[in-house]
Amino acid sequence: MLEAAVFYTLAVLILGLGILVISARSAVHSVLFLVVNFLLVAILYVTLSAQFVAVIQVLVYAGGIVVLYLFVVMLVSLKRAPEQHADTRRLGVTGAVLAGAVLLEVIGIVVSGAARSDAPAGARGAGVPEAISDPMLNTEQIGWVLYTEYLIPFEVASMLLLVAMIGAIVLAKKNL
Amino acid sequence: MAALGFSPSDFYYLLPELILTAGALLLLLVNVIVPRRDDLLFGLSMGTLAVSTLVLLSFAGVDIVISRGLLAIDGFALFFKLIFLVSAGLTIMMSAPYLRVEGVRAGEYYFLILCATLGMMFMASGIDLITLFIGLETMAIAFYILAGYLKPSHRSNEAAVKYFLLGAFSLGILLYGMSIVYGMTGSTRLDEIAVALAAQDRSLVLSLGMILLAAGMGFKIAAVPFHMWAPDVYEGAPTPVTAFLSVGSKAASFAMLLRIFIEGLAALTPDWQVVFAFLAVVTMTVGNIAAITQSNMKRMLAYSSIAHAGYVLIGVVAATERGVVAALVYLWVYLFMQLGAFTVITMLRRRDVVGDELKDMSGLFARSPIAAVAMLLFMLSLGGIPPTAGFMGKVWIFGAAIDQGFIWLAVVGVVNSAISLYYYLRVVVFMFFREETTGSEITIGPALATALAVGVVGTILFGIYPQWLFDQAQNAAALFGSTASSAMLR
Repeated sequence: MLEAAVFYTLAVLILGLGILVISARSAVHSVLFLVVNFLLVAILYVTLSAQFVAVIQVLVYAGGIVVLYLFVVMLVSLKRAPEQHADTRRLGVTGAVLAGAVLLEVIGIVVSGAARSDAPAGARGAGVPEAISDPMLNTEQIGWVLYTEYLIPFEVASMLLLVAMIGAIVLAKKNL
Repeated sequence: MAALGFSPSDFYYLLPELILTAGALLLLLVNVIVPRRDDLLFGLSMGTLAVSTLVLLSFAGVDIVISRGLLAIDGFALFFKLIFLVSAGLTIMMSAPYLRVEGVRAGEYYFLILCATLGMMFMASGIDLITLFIGLETMAIAFYILAGYLKPSHRSNEAAVKYFLLGAFSLGILLYGMSIVYGMTGSTRLDEIAVALAAQDRSLVLSLGMILLAAGMGFKIAAVPFHMWAPDVYEGAPTPVTAFLSVGSKAASFAMLLRIFIEGLAALTPDWQVVFAFLAVVTMTVGNIAAITQSNMKRMLAYSSIAHAGYVLIGVVAATERGVVAALVYLWVYLFMQLGAFTVITMLRRRDVVGDELKDMSGLFARSPIAAVAMLLFMLSLGGIPPTAGFMGKVWIFGAAIDQGFIWLAVVGVVNSAISLYYYLRVVVFMFFREETTGSEITIGPALATALAVGVVGTILFGIYPQWLFDQAQNAAALFGSTASSAMLR
């Protein structure tokens, strides 16, 4: 009961802030609403006992992505009203169609997932991890899988980040 | 083994990749410690590639799965890794004189080429969606930067931004497809996906996932209608990067595509055959027709490269061992003819001449007979005229399609080859029968000469003596899919 109350409160707040993000007149306000939105989503993850995802949500989205957005807001000229940038009505229609498509897809997945949940366990593949009983071990479990099972892709990812770093330097530095 | 995801022997089988990584890191260090020694960096990167190739060749005949089923060291991976290493080597040979003319530093450039190769190697070895994706990302990010490496050039900047934006977009689509497939099967490992799919009925959601995966891969191989980035990026990127992009990146994406669809989504074969048959037809047709109107050599070769992706897709549609063999053979011979053609274009880049317009080819025979004759050979091979390697590749591809009853697809392919001859032979007309318009001399340095020689030898050798190549591809494809089929039996 308490869980449901927390969930619906969070859901209303998240949706409300989402609407504020796209309806705010000032771009800076939009970004600030977005930060709060991200933080609330992080709380939602905590209530779903996905602490690791919650921490990553705060670090990556509320931290990194928002800083990127603020940079864009600072660099792009905001003198003109947003209406002059593009035909907002047509964008609205496109957005509504896309959002509808995603909604339909989510409903489809939920419905077909509900139909499949009574399928024998073997048909669902062997890789499905068992539900983690102790939520405090969540992060530990992810770390364990990352450093054992997925060690080699994890190491390749370090090369990926190095390439991205070198690339950023190559592109940004004037005379290398 | 139980606790860890790897055993020490895994690192032995990853030795080619480890050597490449070590070489790339060493390159960065040397670049800082002894600055302005581009010849040293050139030698170091070529040496790294050579050692990596030698170690790789010692794994011939190996067929094992390492890293708890994330990577397969098999003939299929070996064949593709050889394509990547050879094309990376030829690209670096082309790049050395090109970078000198452009006046840009070579250190980070070679580092990025080696890292792109590293990513490709994981795309060929990966039998797990996450591993494949990380390999793809490593390759893609290196290419985004390489495309924009000529910072003063607006075309290069445009190429980098376009490639980055569309590449990120396509990766999003690909990931969406992957997540749907994961959601429906509960595993990211291709063999487990195959087992799970065989046990369940087809559903709409699964088809959506399959189509998104096909679209994401379609972007990477530049199949129509996902090809829009290719001409601009190919034109704007530095010429050797364009060559590497059209050969290495394309081959790696095909490796990943074959792994995902033939190993992972084997249960959906009739569905994706339809999708890829459609893609193959429009890709060949649009690519060839658009190439006719181009006046820029790099743009023309971009469209031609789109068309060639269409031919390879025919092999994918056939979806049999013979089809896979044909795709492998085709990608291998394409390596020599395409890189050869780009070597000639690189030669035309001089201090005062960009040299990538069709008219820059005028009178090439008078100025440099060797380059002109080599280019003639590459053009004939790309067009599929015997006795070149390109002819053998096409024969094998169309044969595989006819074998599987896709006669109409083979007919479309043959008609398209005929169309393509028009624009390939137009280059020949310019080279042999037009007066030269630009006066400057063409000098062929040792690196370019070697790259050209490799291209010529490959194009002729596999044209008149293709048996060895067929055998190798046969071996590669025979081992390929064994993990999936053994999983099906389990």
